[in-house]
Amino acid sequence: MFDTLSDRLTSVLQNLRGKGRLSDADIDATAREIRIALLEADVALPVVRTFIAKVKERAKGSEVSQALNPAQQVVKIVNEELVEILGGETRRLNLAKNPPSVIMLAGLQGSGKTTLAGKLARWLVGQGHRPLLVACDLQRPNAVTQLQVVGERAGVAVYAPEPGNGVGDPVDVARRSIDEAKHGQNDVVVVDTAGRLGVDEEMMRQAADIREAVQPDEVLFVVDAMIGQDAVTTAEAFRDGVGFTGVVLTKLDGDARGGAALSVREVTGQPILFASNGEKLEDFDTFHPDRMASRILGMGDVLTLIEQAEQAFDQEQAEAAAAKVASGELTLEDFLEQMLAVRKMGPIGNLLGMLPGAGQMKDALAQVDDKQLDKLQAIIRGMTPAERDNPKMINASRRLRIAKGSGVQVRDVNELVNRFFEARKMMAQMAGRFGFGGPGRVSKTRKGKKGKKGKGRGPTPPKVRGGMPGFPGGLPPMPTGGGGPSLPPGFAGGMNDLPPGFDPSKLKLPKNPKDN
Amino acid sequence: MSSTVILIVVLVVVVLALAVGAGVLVARKRRISLTEAGKSEKPKDKPQGGGYATGSAISLAPGGRTETVEPPVEASPPADVEPATVAEPVEPVEADAELVEVVIEVEPAPEVEAEEIEPPSGRLERLRGRLARSRSTLGQGLLGLLGAGDLDEDSWTEVEDTLLMADLGAATTEEVVTRLRAELSTKGVRTAEQARAVLRSVLVEALRPDMERAVRALPHETAEHGKQPAVVLVAGVNGTGKTTTTGKLARVLVAGGRTVLLGAADTFRAAAAEQLATWAERVGAEVVRGKEGADPAAVAFDAVKRGVEAKVDAVLIDTAGRLHTKTGLMDELGKVKRVVGKLAEIDEVLLVLDATTGQNGLAQARVFGEVVDVTGIVLTKLDGTAKGGIVFQVQRELGVPVKLVGLGEGADDLAPFEPEAFVDALLA
Repeated sequence: MFDTLSDRLTSVLQNLRGKGRLSDADIDATAREIRIALLEADVALPVVRTFIAKVKERAKGSEVSQALNPAQQVVKIVNEELVEILGGETRRLNLAKNPPSVIMLAGLQGSGKTTLAGKLARWLVGQGHRPLLVACDLQRPNAVTQLQVVGERAGVAVYAPEPGNGVGDPVDVARRSIDEAKHGQNDVVVVDTAGRLGVDEEMMRQAADIREAVQPDEVLFVVDAMIGQDAVTTAEAFRDGVGFTGVVLTKLDGDARGGAALSVREVTGQPILFASNGEKLEDFDTFHPDRMASRILGMGDVLTLIEQAEQAFDQEQAEAAAAKVASGELTLEDFLEQMLAVRKMGPIGNLLGMLPGAGQMKDALAQVDDKQLDKLQAIIRGMTPAERDNPKMINASRRLRIAKGSGVQVRDVNELVNRFFEARKMMAQMAGRFGFGGPGRVSKTRKGKKGKKGKGRGPTPPKVRGGMPGFPGGLPPMPTGGGGPSLPPGFAGGMNDLPPGFDPSKLKLPKNPKDN
Repeated sequence: MSSTVILIVVLVVVVLALAVGAGVLVARKRRISLTEAGKSEKPKDKPQGGGYATGSAISLAPGGRTETVEPPVEASPPADVEPATVAEPVEPVEADAELVEVVIEVEPAPEVEAEEIEPPSGRLERLRGRLARSRSTLGQGLLGLLGAGDLDEDSWTEVEDTLLMADLGAATTEEVVTRLRAELSTKGVRTAEQARAVLRSVLVEALRPDMERAVRALPHETAEHGKQPAVVLVAGVNGTGKTTTTGKLARVLVAGGRTVLLGAADTFRAAAAEQLATWAERVGAEVVRGKEGADPAAVAFDAVKRGVEAKVDAVLIDTAGRLHTKTGLMDELGKVKRVVGKLAEIDEVLLVLDATTGQNGLAQARVFGEVVDVTGIVLTKLDGTAKGGIVFQVQRELGVPVKLVGLGEGADDLAPFEPEAFVDALLA
């Protein structure tokens, strides 16, 4: 899980610090690691080859930067190349000047076309269109029914004149659907076709016929993010057989690295327009090249973390807690709240995995599991409100009571209380050092992480301290390399503007205008 | 006095150097190229896909893990054949006079004799094998003298590419290549033909052909209840072909004169139950289904209950596709198994893997294995251009055999997994 490219490169390039520039030997050594990392991420071999050649070219002779160690620097180059390929030209969906616009979906069996049709329709409705779904998958048993149900859920019309299950001519259905759309005042027609293999000539011809019949404005190639080396062959077959104008990646909610995105993009040159990441109709989004790049490399996905945090944290509450942290007045009550909020974001291991640089703490992370958090939660809940507000009052007999009440040993309570004091002190220091409490969204995440670390870290205290400063230390490469480019401008700017040691409570003033 | 010693030493060194140099040269010259010979053979109209072909029928075994005392019906041959097959495959020692001489010189390695008693022909091979592991010039030189085979650089790259492109993954590919290198040396391979045969056998071996691959889908007798249907649970991530596989498997069973009941525990995806019902209709099997959004565990339970009552031979339960990362959904699957287990032991848990899946397949198999204890893998969509090499890793890491192969949308496109056929398709 944490076996990321940056970890690998760090180990390869350990002895490299202090050199003026990357030597050829260094680059070769790293190229091998990059190759393995990309292959593990399912990037197709030919694409890996050309990609590495490019990276080598760029890495040669590039100055070793002051800020980044060589490993980070190589990762930065790789990442930039990836983003460039993946996002070279992002564009929006092409819609016809004279409605109806026609969007045709094509792909392998089981790549998620029918589900995607529903999601796309819903998304189009959100954009103010009136889409019509057309059931041209007459192959798979009950694909038509599925589309009807999906259409119903999305609240759009479905044109399904044929029952499917091998009955009916999809080309004819596609042709008639255009008239149907004109009648029904639908301005976008989404044609769902049957899944087909690139080698199935008959089916590919059928797809081409459908294309001829409806003259689509967009042909979207739907591809599963889990696909492996076959991505290239399949993409080429569809490019040659049907010809597509855009790509949609599905099933991104799994843990596949999704190297196929790179393969398909590189081989066919067509942009990736959408990403679908869940089973519900609303789990559908435009594609973010930078996030995909980090994902392929197995680097921390900070942006997703931030987004999840935004959903889970209550802004005002978070800001209040941030202020308290900074002033060293954090109480166990706040602690509990933050912990609950963090837990809303999913299993703790997943969250930590998203942090860049988490690899260095992976041993410690392996021990953090949700059960420990349950225990902490139970202990804190076993305290009276007064105790939570002022943990200093928790004396021996209170500890005994809390332990009994929450079903743990007294030493667990001791540990929690002691660690809480330590963590609080440390947080106050850090808050001062990093000018924390900056723009709302960022402060929230950071605090979230902190809260989590302070307590999740129960069993391995020494690493905590290494880990905590390690986190902000892990960030600097990101703005330049990782998901940086699309960090909200307020983030980087805000951070730089703050004089170190700035009192965060004063930060509220400059922040508020920004939020408004 | 000392000068003569030095002289002798120098002489010996020179002789050795010459010998090793000659060995390296010989080895170079002897390098086998797969590329030239291979290219001409291969039909150029590649993306043909679906190279997988097998003649045999799907083997089925009765379920009921605890009481498998009864002899398997159509399963693999019984144990009494064993003694005959154990015989050492005697390697054809090519009558290379100069080789044998060299062997005699190098042979005095007493500890080898002490620990292992094997026919002398094996020693040369072991020596070669050991040398093959060292990449030094000396080792290579000696290897050359010993007549070990090796491929040229292009061929190695090609082999590696083939394996990587088949989704074996970087680690497995490297492992196979290392094995191959050793095998080529030990066997003293000389021609491209032989080299290819060795590659094939290395791959087949990596697939563990000795694994039990019969699908436990036949009824079994129990003392208390009499005939018990076999319960088969089909699981996998979205879009791998679970429902289709369930339908096809039902068809195979029905064709074999068995009665089958299908449980549509995919209550999530729109029209999944209808899809299964259509399959059931085609094969003439009963379907037990719940409402959309019903508890899949309840549906599965009902299906098994109905199956026991109706005294069918097998109950096949189709579950909803779920990504292994969704803890909630995986818990739900665990519950299905647990709840069904109250009624009857689940005999077979089939994990459906898509052949196009890349390295993520391992993660999938691992998590599903943890949650429902997968007993067999079905590799679907092998009729495309995808090779499905991920099963190498899955089999090795989980020790779960691939049992079935899906070859298309046709009703009869389900075949037993045969390592040889699979490897042939992979190398095609």
